[in-house]
Amino acid sequence: MSVATDVKTLVIDGINVSARADQTILEVARENNINIPTLCHLDGLSDVGACRLCLVEVKGSPKLNPSCVLKVEEGMEVTTSSDRLKHYRQTILELPFAERNHVCSVCVANGHCELQSLGQSQGLTHVRMPYRNPQLEVDASHERFVVDHNRCILCTRCVRVCGEVEGAHVWDVMGRGIDSIVITDLCDPWGESSCTRCGKCVQVCPTGALFDKSKVGSPHPKYPEFLTNLQVMREASREGL
Amino acid sequence: MTSEELLQIAETVQAEHANFDYEVNVCMGTGCMSQHSDKLKATLTKEATASGKHCHVRQTGCMGLCAAGPLVLVDPKNSDKDILYGGVHEADSYELIASLDAKPVERLLTRLEHYFDGQQHIVLENSGHIDPEKIDEYIARDGYQALVMALTEMDPQSVIDQISKSGLRGRGGGGYPTGLKWGTVAKAIGPQKYVICNGDEGDPGAFMDRSVLESDPQRVIEGMTIAAFAVGASKGYAYVRAEYPLAVSRLTASLREARRRGFLGNNICGTAFSFDIEIRLGAGAFVCGEETALIASIEGLRGQPRPRPPYPAMSGLWGLPTLINNVETFANIAPIIRKGADWYAGIGTEKSKGTKVFALTGKITNTGLVEIPMGMPLRQIVFGIGGGVPDGRKFKAVQTGGPSGGCIPDEHLDLPVSYEALTNVGSMMGSGGMIVMDDTSCMVNVARFFMEFCMTESCGKCIPCRAGTAQMFGILSKICDGKASHADLDLLIDLCDVVKHTSLCGLGMTAPNPVLSTLRYFKHEYLEHIDHQHCRAGVCACGTKDASQLAAAEVTA
Amino acid sequence: MQAYSMPPLPSDDKRWRIVNGTMRRHGYNRHALIETLHTVQSSFGYLDEGAIRFVAKSLRVPLSQAYGVATFYHHFSLKAPSKHTCTVCIGTACYIKGADKLVVAAEKQLHIKAGKSTPDGNIALMTARCVGACGRAPVMLADEELVGLIEPAQLLEQLERWTVND
Repeated sequence: MSVATDVKTLVIDGINVSARADQTILEVARENNINIPTLCHLDGLSDVGACRLCLVEVKGSPKLNPSCVLKVEEGMEVTTSSDRLKHYRQTILELPFAERNHVCSVCVANGHCELQSLGQSQGLTHVRMPYRNPQLEVDASHERFVVDHNRCILCTRCVRVCGEVEGAHVWDVMGRGIDSIVITDLCDPWGESSCTRCGKCVQVCPTGALFDKSKVGSPHPKYPEFLTNLQVMREASREGL
Repeated sequence: MTSEELLQIAETVQAEHANFDYEVNVCMGTGCMSQHSDKLKATLTKEATASGKHCHVRQTGCMGLCAAGPLVLVDPKNSDKDILYGGVHEADSYELIASLDAKPVERLLTRLEHYFDGQQHIVLENSGHIDPEKIDEYIARDGYQALVMALTEMDPQSVIDQISKSGLRGRGGGGYPTGLKWGTVAKAIGPQKYVICNGDEGDPGAFMDRSVLESDPQRVIEGMTIAAFAVGASKGYAYVRAEYPLAVSRLTASLREARRRGFLGNNICGTAFSFDIEIRLGAGAFVCGEETALIASIEGLRGQPRPRPPYPAMSGLWGLPTLINNVETFANIAPIIRKGADWYAGIGTEKSKGTKVFALTGKITNTGLVEIPMGMPLRQIVFGIGGGVPDGRKFKAVQTGGPSGGCIPDEHLDLPVSYEALTNVGSMMGSGGMIVMDDTSCMVNVARFFMEFCMTESCGKCIPCRAGTAQMFGILSKICDGKASHADLDLLIDLCDVVKHTSLCGLGMTAPNPVLSTLRYFKHEYLEHIDHQHCRAGVCACGTKDASQLAAAEVTA
Repeated sequence: MQAYSMPPLPSDDKRWRIVNGTMRRHGYNRHALIETLHTVQSSFGYLDEGAIRFVAKSLRVPLSQAYGVATFYHHFSLKAPSKHTCTVCIGTACYIKGADKLVVAAEKQLHIKAGKSTPDGNIALMTARCVGACGRAPVMLADEELVGLIEPAQLLEQLERWTVND
């Protein structure tokens, strides 16, 4: 295949853009300062298309498509925001709020929570459905970190970062459907698991579900940007060998 | 194996059968087995030997009429008239055998009336007529002719052309053109390709695939092998529910037989084509009927779907090109190759060709399996073949498509069965469950039943399906309990829209269908629960109000 | 680097050799996880933590992944089975024919909720998502045996027999 055919041109929100054939709509949109909201996506991790916030309309396709995994195609016409998408995104955001127990004012991640800031940026003013408020465990057995399942939105970033980047695969999900829970090892207490104590999962967790004990009572910003840097550095060291 | 050798085997079987004056076929499908038809067969064999009659007692697969079991089909060689007995028990064995050369046992005869009127058996042509564990009986009924023909007289492309021309569409429910799917996999490039048979029949109320696997497993193996030849696959997987132990054991035995006869393995029928099939057991997850989830399950992972594209045809099992078809789809392949695409395309409607097997259950006189040509009106299936609603009750709706489908009311019963027609009225073809409901079923309660199903079967990966089904179930429960408001109903309708259009896979996208279709045709029942705490079927916790109470409520309102 | 060593069989119980046989047949490939868990389930009647740990280590599958798989599929049970199991099918056909009333009757008789076992571990009351015998709805599985067209009285009799005989 010649290099020339590897470049596609397409239209996103009325703007003509060009892209490499292996790029996703989300990547190209962000390169062009078009903001598509995301929750499960994180630069540096594989994409699963699970949160459904990044759905976009593609002309000629009856289905909505998750832009994080949708590859560019020549001549594609993509719409990333419309009244319909706005309504869907608001409702999709209501669902995780009501699924467990998200009370921002008493959360360690208040002010640094992606769910909270998405709610604000997407114009979510209230939640129409009843909070399910399940009584879930708070596991503080780890020497440095805590997992509060009541604040987990099952984005699986922790599972992916642990498996793909740290390479330990201590985290996974047990059960299914509304009863899904993230676990360490055989649902063992985190502190007794094979955890390497690297803390990557805490940095990528978008909410206050995974947090650093030392940050309780003080602001708890998270720094998931280390992932892209790590990617580049690993590439460099591989090539250096 | 050549076609001459096939013929030889068939002749040997026929010669063996010619030694008998009577064939006594005992149904050993799951339904009749639950009534101990295995013991019945043993006793019948004993009585037959004692009587000295030339009588062949054998096990067969499902005869269709499960509610009337255990079933025994007597085929006297000197007459064309088969006699179908129902509710036969061990104690009847002596009388039954004694009656062979006299008049049939009147009290055991099945009263079928119109059960077979209009049925056309292609997929079920051997069900109830052959011993599913004997490959030679399958061969004696034209089995494996299609495979030999495909391998020795056709090239892969012409096989695909035949399937395309036949108009066959996926019988798992989606209705994707089978020939097109095969063509795509054939064109896809990969060091290895796979053929998967989807036997994860998860729709509650559907048992067509179980029955085909139990009654005529070789037909499925032949279909898969022809498919593998057409798309260039060398390895196949049959994914079967662990809840179907009989189907699994018969399929296992049949795979062994097929290998012994050289229809599986290396250099099949003396050609360069090699192919083999392994069984993989499902483990109780409805979502594994979705093809990407099924693939994850075969790979040993949690059965969670992933976004498509890429489609399995390009990137499926272990990232390689993979063809996935349903059991019934594969069961249609051999007859199409054998009798030609034109023959098949001559059956059915313009866009839905061939026949469809339905599992007719619920409040209906004749429950069991039926196979009808596409285009037959629903009314004929329910009131003709099915014999209508028993106990003098009134028909309310027929549910098709399982948890992804909808309820079709009386006003649409004259609809001809086809993929498009069923979708147009808010239901879908689905895999073939057809459940009849009478006036003792509350449609809100039925919608709640299906929503609970979808909630517990949701894999939990995407937010709309995981949390949305739980919220919808909550609202439906509130309505059933007579505690909901109109605002709740509005939210329910909104959630249906969101979950339908934003979920990751088919399970989530179709989960709102039972609610949407009951809202479309039975909204008054929802309103009665909300406004008057009245459940006309008397099923829900909100209770039932009598006419005067309802009238009084009307006045106050 | 020290080679990854296979874990020893948990005990000299012969059933572990059957489990090991399944894994060997699949070349100890990670893909064999579900197949192997099926063997454990059918040999021991359930998957306990030790079994999952042994299978995961043998197949070199992360522990959390093995646990995730074992809990995703409802065919696998993580609790020891009761002496008897009464499984009422609540598929659509059975539901329409009153399977919910069967469940309620059994719950009342045994004083437990569906999905639980009696405190003495004698009877477990389960529900199933369609066993594919819809033609004979409503159906139940009394231990492994499928019984069709059942009435609540019949179900209660069966439970009574199990209670008295043990």
